[in-house]
Amino acid sequence: MQHAKEIALPKRETRILSSISRWLVAASTIPRRDPFAFAGLVLYLIFILIAVFADSLITHDPREILFNDEYDLASNLTPGGDHILGTTYSGRDIYSQLVMGTRGALVVGVTAAVCVVAIGTVVGLIAGYFGGLTDTLLMRLADIALGVPFLPFVIVLAAFLNPSQWNVVFGIALLLWPQSARVIRAQVMTLRERAFIEAARVTGAGPWRIMFVHIAPNVLSLSFLYASIAVGWAILTEASISFLGFGPSDSVTWGYMLQDAYASQALGRGQYYWFIPPGLCIIGVVVAGFFISRGYEEILFPKLKD
Amino acid sequence: MTYFLKRFAHMVFVLWAVATILFFMFRTMPGTPLAAFIDNTTTAEQQDALIRQFGLDKSLGEQYWLFLTNALQGDLGQSFFFKKPVVEVVMEVFPNSVILTLTSLIVAYLFGIVAGAYLAWRRGSWVEGFGIPLVLTTRAAPEFWLGMVLLAFFSFYLGWFPSGGANSSGSEWTSDWQRVTSLDYMSHLALPAITLAIYLQGLPLLLMRSNMLNVLQEEFITMARMKGLSTWTIVIRHAARNALLPVATAFALGIGGAVGGNVVVETVFSWPGIGRLLVNAVAASDYPLAQGAFLMITAVLVIMNFIADVSYHFLDPRVRFATR
Repeated sequence: MQHAKEIALPKRETRILSSISRWLVAASTIPRRDPFAFAGLVLYLIFILIAVFADSLITHDPREILFNDEYDLASNLTPGGDHILGTTYSGRDIYSQLVMGTRGALVVGVTAAVCVVAIGTVVGLIAGYFGGLTDTLLMRLADIALGVPFLPFVIVLAAFLNPSQWNVVFGIALLLWPQSARVIRAQVMTLRERAFIEAARVTGAGPWRIMFVHIAPNVLSLSFLYASIAVGWAILTEASISFLGFGPSDSVTWGYMLQDAYASQALGRGQYYWFIPPGLCIIGVVVAGFFISRGYEEILFPKLKD
Repeated sequence: MTYFLKRFAHMVFVLWAVATILFFMFRTMPGTPLAAFIDNTTTAEQQDALIRQFGLDKSLGEQYWLFLTNALQGDLGQSFFFKKPVVEVVMEVFPNSVILTLTSLIVAYLFGIVAGAYLAWRRGSWVEGFGIPLVLTTRAAPEFWLGMVLLAFFSFYLGWFPSGGANSSGSEWTSDWQRVTSLDYMSHLALPAITLAIYLQGLPLLLMRSNMLNVLQEEFITMARMKGLSTWTIVIRHAARNALLPVATAFALGIGGAVGGNVVVETVFSWPGIGRLLVNAVAASDYPLAQGAFLMITAVLVIMNFIADVSYHFLDPRVRFATR
């Protein structure tokens, strides 16, 4: 009996390894098949490296108020010399803020994406596999989450709970899971009827084992697709919240930099070197996610590519 | 008809659920909602009177029931800050939001449809190779940052447009209609509307393009080609008409989404709309006003989702017959 079971069910480790290697193979064909996705991956890699080595890349403490040799506030310096991108109105180094902001953006983006996709995948698996009342209840919950205006909700949450990045992540996770849950649910519903699931059921695997060991690896690539889009959404949302003034005041993020520039009238003074770079960085990270998801979409669903 | 009723009941359910979540969210927030009212000079009796006036002495269940019945009768309570009914304050700025949203959506969709059809037709050319990344980039740009760049260049540097608000201060109008059709109002509207339009055009463009690509492969297009019809006739008369339907649905969804999403753009341009009202109310801890503005935005979103669903159902015979 034990022997037969092992034949029917390859070891979990082997299965996970094989699905990882499948991804790696898919990933390694990206540069040839889709230059967009390749560009996205390279962009991500650059931002990740900047975030990791931020401490040695900065030239000044991004929060330190700087003074010049005559002990006057080093306010609104133009780029050049000691300050690659000049200084802010309150005398802080813009370049160092920009570099430090990468870390904050990536941490928020990746945590939020992991939360969104984890909830979406689990809900999609449960709703799709069990069907019936469970499915109806979960999908009604999804409808409600889709009926809540996204940004206003995160604003209220961030303002009333104490301002911190984690409340932004929490709000994003609470409202953005339905999209991935719906798609994964549909996929699970077709997988449920396939022969290998029937085989697992016959060998005595319970519903949870079937869901997470047999079905989950087959929808994980979909989860990955949604995750790469969710990273961008989270970073945009965090920036908007910080810009509106509901972000944490003790950390330097791109949204905070833009809010600082807007509030100190950098627009009127034409300090483009202050408020253009953070925006370009946000675009860079978000667009990298878009490019990667496009590439994966075409590899996962070749039918779309005609 | 049964579909219509079912969908309607669904809409009411979602509205009720969101209103309930909202009510309990605002009630369980830390701090007393009267914090904005109470200062050193408020006596204990005055505090009690205030608490009674806002119904805060009743149990949570009673308060919830009052909130629901009052909201149904169009009464959302009194704003702490403005000392006026919330509905009045919200309705004062709501038209501004609607005008901003509709103007930018119409511009975005007209551009998106034409450009999307064009990109589909030029599939595989350099135009596409350049256009698609560009569109994705505009979708990745934060709206408020786009607004800031436009504001810095067109308003502060070139001085072509005013830098904020909806009307120059000191101007007087005989009617609201005259106010919103005046040149002054239009020049204030231009920059925020363009900002939003740049942000919004990506969706209709990409949607139109992929629909066109699908439609162009269908047999009736081959048939039209075989009949010797000109390219122009095929694209406009045959393909585009069939590709437009999902875009029309997206438009209705867009109205719902944009009214809530306008928050940042309205803030950048100090546009007196409902999004900015919400931000200010939240920042000033004006709970009833924040709750009312939020509810209004939700109502628009949910009603527009409903209209999109129903219109799609009635416009596309394939969907209609499939669900019967």
